[in-house]
Amino acid sequence: MSKIVIIGNSAAAVGCIEGIRSVDKASEIVVISDEQHHVYSRPLISYLLLGSTDRQRMKYRPDSFYADNMTDVMLGKTVVAIDPKAKNVKLKTGEVISYDKLLVATGSSPFIPPMKGLDKAKKCFTFMKLDDALALEKELTPKSRVLVIGAGLIGLKCVEGIADRVGSISVVDMADRILPSVLDKDGAQLVQSFIEKRGVKFYLNDSTAEISENKAVLKSGAEVDFDILVVAVGVRPNISLLKDIGADCGRAIKVNEKCQTSIEDIYAAGDCTESYDISADTNRVLALLPNAYMQGETAGVNMGGGEKVYDNAIPMNAMGMFGYHMITAGSYDGDVYTETDGMNYKKLFYKDNRLVGYIIIGDVERAGIYTSLIRQRTPLNEIDFELIKSKPQLMAFSAQRRAKELAQRH
Amino acid sequence: MAVNYLYPEYEIVRDTNKCIACRVCERQCANEAHWFDPEQDKMVCDNAKCVCCHRCVSLCPTKALKIVKSDHTFRENANWTAKNIKEVYRQAGSGGVLLSSMGNPEPYPVYWDKILLNASQVTNPSIDPLREPMETVTYLGKKPTKIERDKNGKIINNLAPQLKLSTPVMFSAMSYGSISYNAHESLARAAEELGIYYNTGEGGLHEDFYKYGANTIVQVASGRFGVSKDYLNAGAAIEIKIGQGAKPGIGGHLPGIKVSEDISKTRMIPLGTDAISPAPHHDIYSIEDLRQLVYSLKEASDYKKPVIVKIAAVHNVAAIASGIARSGADIIAIDGYRGGTGAAPTRIRDNVGIPIELALASVDSRLREEGIRDSVAVVVGGSIRSSADLVKAIALGADACYIATAACLAMGCHLCRSCQAGRCNWGIATQRPELVKRLNPDVGYKRLVNLVRAWDHEIKEIMGGMGINSIESLRGNRLMLRGIGLSEKELAILGIKHAGE
Amino acid sequence: MKRIYVNEKWCLGCHLCEYYCAFANSGKDDMAKALKGVKINPRIRVEEGEKINFAVSCRHCEEPLCVKSCITGALTIKDGLISFNKDKCVGCYTCIMSCPYGCIMPDGSGHAVQKCELCTKNACGEPACVKGCPNQAIVFEER
Repeated sequence: MSKIVIIGNSAAAVGCIEGIRSVDKASEIVVISDEQHHVYSRPLISYLLLGSTDRQRMKYRPDSFYADNMTDVMLGKTVVAIDPKAKNVKLKTGEVISYDKLLVATGSSPFIPPMKGLDKAKKCFTFMKLDDALALEKELTPKSRVLVIGAGLIGLKCVEGIADRVGSISVVDMADRILPSVLDKDGAQLVQSFIEKRGVKFYLNDSTAEISENKAVLKSGAEVDFDILVVAVGVRPNISLLKDIGADCGRAIKVNEKCQTSIEDIYAAGDCTESYDISADTNRVLALLPNAYMQGETAGVNMGGGEKVYDNAIPMNAMGMFGYHMITAGSYDGDVYTETDGMNYKKLFYKDNRLVGYIIIGDVERAGIYTSLIRQRTPLNEIDFELIKSKPQLMAFSAQRRAKELAQRH
Repeated sequence: MAVNYLYPEYEIVRDTNKCIACRVCERQCANEAHWFDPEQDKMVCDNAKCVCCHRCVSLCPTKALKIVKSDHTFRENANWTAKNIKEVYRQAGSGGVLLSSMGNPEPYPVYWDKILLNASQVTNPSIDPLREPMETVTYLGKKPTKIERDKNGKIINNLAPQLKLSTPVMFSAMSYGSISYNAHESLARAAEELGIYYNTGEGGLHEDFYKYGANTIVQVASGRFGVSKDYLNAGAAIEIKIGQGAKPGIGGHLPGIKVSEDISKTRMIPLGTDAISPAPHHDIYSIEDLRQLVYSLKEASDYKKPVIVKIAAVHNVAAIASGIARSGADIIAIDGYRGGTGAAPTRIRDNVGIPIELALASVDSRLREEGIRDSVAVVVGGSIRSSADLVKAIALGADACYIATAACLAMGCHLCRSCQAGRCNWGIATQRPELVKRLNPDVGYKRLVNLVRAWDHEIKEIMGGMGINSIESLRGNRLMLRGIGLSEKELAILGIKHAGE
Repeated sequence: MKRIYVNEKWCLGCHLCEYYCAFANSGKDDMAKALKGVKINPRIRVEEGEKINFAVSCRHCEEPLCVKSCITGALTIKDGLISFNKDKCVGCYTCIMSCPYGCIMPDGSGHAVQKCELCTKNACGEPACVKGCPNQAIVFEER
C-alpha cells in the first residue's frame, strides 16, 4: 500500500483516481486543489451562465465521489514546491505532504498578454474556472456592453453563455477568422455568419491598440465601447512546479505513454502536459477534457500498479454555438475532400493512406466514426473510402471487421 | 390496351388510424403491393399484386393490416364457378398452360376427416404417456421373415438395412432449387436434432449439407441431377422418385434463370441451363427395369442403405406397390393427390391421382394378402396435416409419414400458392438472396423441431388413450378406426367399420 | 454481461428495430399513439447497403470512449451498462465525436444526446429491438 498524491482536481485528477481504483483499492489517495469546489467540469462554466446547467449538475462526479473512491481531498490548498528526493510536496500554508507517487495535474492558466491600458478596465475577467464565471455573472446586466478579446473556443463559449443576458457583445481577434485553432477559413466564415445573426459583432485581423475604462481603440482604428472586458486569448500550461525541479519540459511537461515525467514516481496529466499527436506525428499541448481524463486514467492505472499506455492522442473538439454544432479532429494536412450543403460543411483531410483530420459543421451525426479512423490509423485502402467520405458509416468497413465490431464484445 | 377481365382476388385493408407509415410492408413485399405516397403522405397499395402471403400482416408492428378475400363476384353458377371463369379468361389471355403450386385445393373428400379414432373405456385401460413408457421409435426397411441360426445355434443377423426414426415422421422431398438454401438447412438441422430424416429431392445435395448425411435421404429422379457415387453414399437411404402426388406422370422443369451458380454446382449441370426432369425414367419401363436400378443403387452403396421407391397414388397403386415390393426396394413411399409442389400444371394437380387414404389402405391390404407386407415398409405423404392424420395413417397400415407442406408452414409458409413465381416472401420457395435471408435457419429449424416434437407428444397421448404403448401395435390396427358418413364401398376399401358398428 | 449483437447475414433492413426502439422509449402504451405522424429518432439505426443491412446501437464498450470523454459526467458505466443522465447533459456532442460506432445521437430537443441503454429505463423489460427483430438478426446475449 502506498500513498498517492494528486495536485489538481479536475478531469485528469478524476481520471487518475478512477484509474488507480480500477487496479488498486488499498492505496491512500490525497487530492490537493487550490480551488474550493467539489470537482466540477470546467467547460461547463459557459453553460452555467447560459442556464443549461447549475452548480449541482455541473459537478463532474457525484457528491459521494471522493468517499466512494476512498480519497482525501484538500480544497483551497496551493502546492508551492515538490521535493522529489524527500518525496513530498510543500503547501503554501507550510504543510508538507509526503507521497510515494505523485500526479501533477495542475492544468493551465489564462494567458493575459500585455495590452496597453488594460489596467484601466475596471471590469476585466478571464474565463476558465468556476470562480471566473461567478465573478463575471455578478456584473452582467441586460444593458452591459461586453468586449471579448479572443475568438477561440473559450472566448466564443463565453459569448454563447452570456449572449442573452447582456446588451451587446463585440469580439476581437488577431487572427483572420474565428476559432482559428479548429476551423479553416470557409468553415469559420459559416459559423461567424451564424453567430453574427445573434447580434455579435466581430473585429478580426485586429487587436486592441489602447484600452481605457469603457473603450477600446483597435489597431484598425475602430473603437469599441464596453462595460465588461473578457480576455480569452489563450492559456499557458502550469508547469513551474516541475520545471523548478528540473523535469523535462517543452511548452508543457513532457510525459511518456504511461504519463510518467522524467522524474521518478512523478506523473503528469492534463492541460499541463504535452501529448504526442498521432495525427500530426508531433508533440502538442492538447488542452481538452477527454485528453486530460485519459491521460489521468493512464497515469492512475500505472501508479496503482497496473499497465496502461495512452498512445493515440489527437486534437479533437466538439463545440456548439447557439445550437449550431461543429466537430473537428486531427490535423489539417494532406489531400482534402470537401462537401458543403447550406449550413452543413465537411472537410476530410487524408494523407499516406490515412485519414488525418476533419472539420464537420452542421450535421455532425456519427462523426466519431471518422475520429476512430484517425485514432486507429485505419489504412484507407482497407475500407470503402468513397462511401465513408459522404457519410460516416460502418458499411464502409469490411464484413469481417464489422463482424468483429458488431458481433463481439469490446 | 387489352381489357383485363380479372379483378384482384384479395384486398389489402389498412387501418389508417393504426398505420404509422413505418413502411415495413413496403420493404417486405417482394410483389411490390405496398408503397408510400409522399403526395398523400400515406401508405397505399395495389391489390392486384397481393398474393395473400401475410408477410406484411405478420410484420406490421401495429397490426394495421389485414388481407380479405374480395367479395367482388362474377355472375357465377354451380357449373360456371368463378374459378372456371377466371381460368378461361387467363388462358384466353395467355394461351398458356396454367401453373399452380402446393397441393390440390379442390373440394374432394378428405378421408382423414371422415375417420374417427378409438379410445379405451373400462375393459382395456388407457395409458398415461407422462407416467409410463411410450414407444414411437420406428424402423423402416425389410423385416426378416424367419430367424436363421448358425451351426452353433447363434442367431444370424439377417436384418436388411433400416432407417431408425425417433417418431414416424420424415420431411419429404423438396429440392434445393424449388426451396432455398436456408430452408434446406432448416430441414437438415431439424432432422438431425429430431432423429429423423429429410430428403434432398431431385436437386442434389449442397456440399455444405453433406455433414447432415446421417439424417438425409438422397433422391434419384428421372433427371438424375446431382447424382454421383459420393452423393449416393452421403445419405442414410436412397430414394428413387418415380412420381409425385401433385403431378403424377409429369416431369419437372426448373427454368435456367433459377439455376444459379450454387444450384448448378449442386445439380451438376451448367449454369443457367434449364433443368428438365423427364416424365418417365427412360431406363424404367417395367418392374424388372426398376429392379435393375434398385440393385444398381444398392451395389453402388454396398448394400448398406435402404432403397426407397416413391410413387404417386394412382388408380392401380396396389398392383404397382406389389411390383415395387418385389423389385427389391426396402421402402415404398406413396404420395397422395394432395401432395404439394413448387410448380405443377393446374389441370394435372387438380385432376390426377387418388386420395392417399384409399391408396394406403389398398396397398397395405394387397401386400398383406400377398404375404409380402414385411418385405417393405410403407411411407405415405400427400397432406398429412396433423398428428391425428398421422395416427390414422399408421392405423391404416403406414409405417411412417412424409410431411412437406406442414414443414413449410412451420418455416413460415402461408400457403399463398405462388411458389412458381419465385418471389416467396418467407424465404422458402425462392432463390433471390434478399428473400432467402428472410428465413434464418436458427429460427426455421427450431420451429420444425417444435412441430414434430408437439406431434410426437400428441401421438403418444392418442396411443395412450387407445391403451397402446408402442407404435408397432398401432400399425395396421384398423380396428382403432371407424368411418363416418362413408359409403359401404369406401368403408370396404379403407377396411374399416362405420362408426357405431 | 448480456449485450446486443448484430448479425448482418440475417438483417432484412426492415427497420422494425428502429420503430420498436422509438416506441419503447416514447413512454406511451400504444404504438400507433406513440408513432403516428412522428418522425422517429431511434437509438438503434439500420445502415442500408446494396445487399447488406445491419442495425447499430451502443456496443456498451468495456473501455468506453464516450464515458471517458463526457465533459459533464452524464455518461457513466456501471456493471458494463453505459447509462446516460439527461439531466446532466448539456448537448456538447463530445460523445458523438468520440463514439467509434456512431451510436450516440442528438435527441429530439437538440440540447442533449441519446443512446441505447438496453431498455433498462423503460417499461420494455428487455431490449425492444431484439424482441421486435423478425429474423433474430439482433440478439441479446452473453458473449
